[in-house]
Amino acid sequence: MSSFFVRKSWWKILSFVLLAYTIIGGFLLDVPRLPILNESIRNLYFHVCMWFGMMILFIVSFIYSIKYLRTSNHRNDIFASKFAAVGSLFGILGYATGTIWANYTWITDQNQSLANVLKEPKLIGAAIALLIYGAYFVLRGSFTDIDKRARVSAVYNIFAFAMLFPSIWIIPRLVGSLHPGAPGSESGNPALNFNDIDSRLRIVFYPAIIGWTLLGVWIATIKIRLQLLKDKTLINV
Amino acid sequence: MYKLFLRFLFIAGCLFLSCVAFAQDKVEMADSMRSNGKIYVVVAVCLTILIGLFIYVFMLDKKISRFEKNKE
Repeated sequence: MSSFFVRKSWWKILSFVLLAYTIIGGFLLDVPRLPILNESIRNLYFHVCMWFGMMILFIVSFIYSIKYLRTSNHRNDIFASKFAAVGSLFGILGYATGTIWANYTWITDQNQSLANVLKEPKLIGAAIALLIYGAYFVLRGSFTDIDKRARVSAVYNIFAFAMLFPSIWIIPRLVGSLHPGAPGSESGNPALNFNDIDSRLRIVFYPAIIGWTLLGVWIATIKIRLQLLKDKTLINV
Repeated sequence: MYKLFLRFLFIAGCLFLSCVAFAQDKVEMADSMRSNGKIYVVVAVCLTILIGLFIYVFMLDKKISRFEKNKE
């Protein structure tokens, strides 16, 4: 039992410690005073971390899809699908939190019209990326043959991962975006235009990314183990 | 001349600093929440949720571990 704790659970405890630190430090530590953003800059530890966690989980899913295609081991297919599922959950949470944040900074304080916010390339790109991943699960569900499902969805997962980069990272940086990091944002948002993250933010931000990602990995492993159990019962019957 | 320059620099520096201080004052933060301690209520609530969530996931983990043992 104790070896279980030492060998397998240390990163689960680490996840809890880091997230507790994220909440305590994230609310209580000093942050840069920026107009429009005000205290909402603390959303960096929650909203932005969702997207970072999503990216890491999708990368893991992508690796397992390649592994499936190389080995045809059914385990890898389960790993790929469950990591993609938790990644999508993080993406949806990132989107949901983003709508709240945008409502109180872009629309209320910055007087952006709703049309301007809806034109936000990163919102559209993220929506496209999430819908592509949504189609991945529809595709999986539409096969009855296990091997065919695993093979086709592995190929599709690689395509979905390849589409993630232009839609989330490249296109929003080419055209003007309200998000930070966009060149010459003519929409005018000096507050969001900090080129580098303040070091006061960084000491919470990086641990927060690791903590949220580990939580995502934990949930994914639970889903994977459940699926493996289900498959075992199916074969035994 | 040098003294004059120094004096000018001093005044300019003071002006700049006061501008910075002014700009900082103008940006509204939740300072009152921090000074009267109510922010700790928010931290406590969030920590409670986090702890509850982790206990739940941990129980789930344990339950599946038990099933896995039974299968073997």
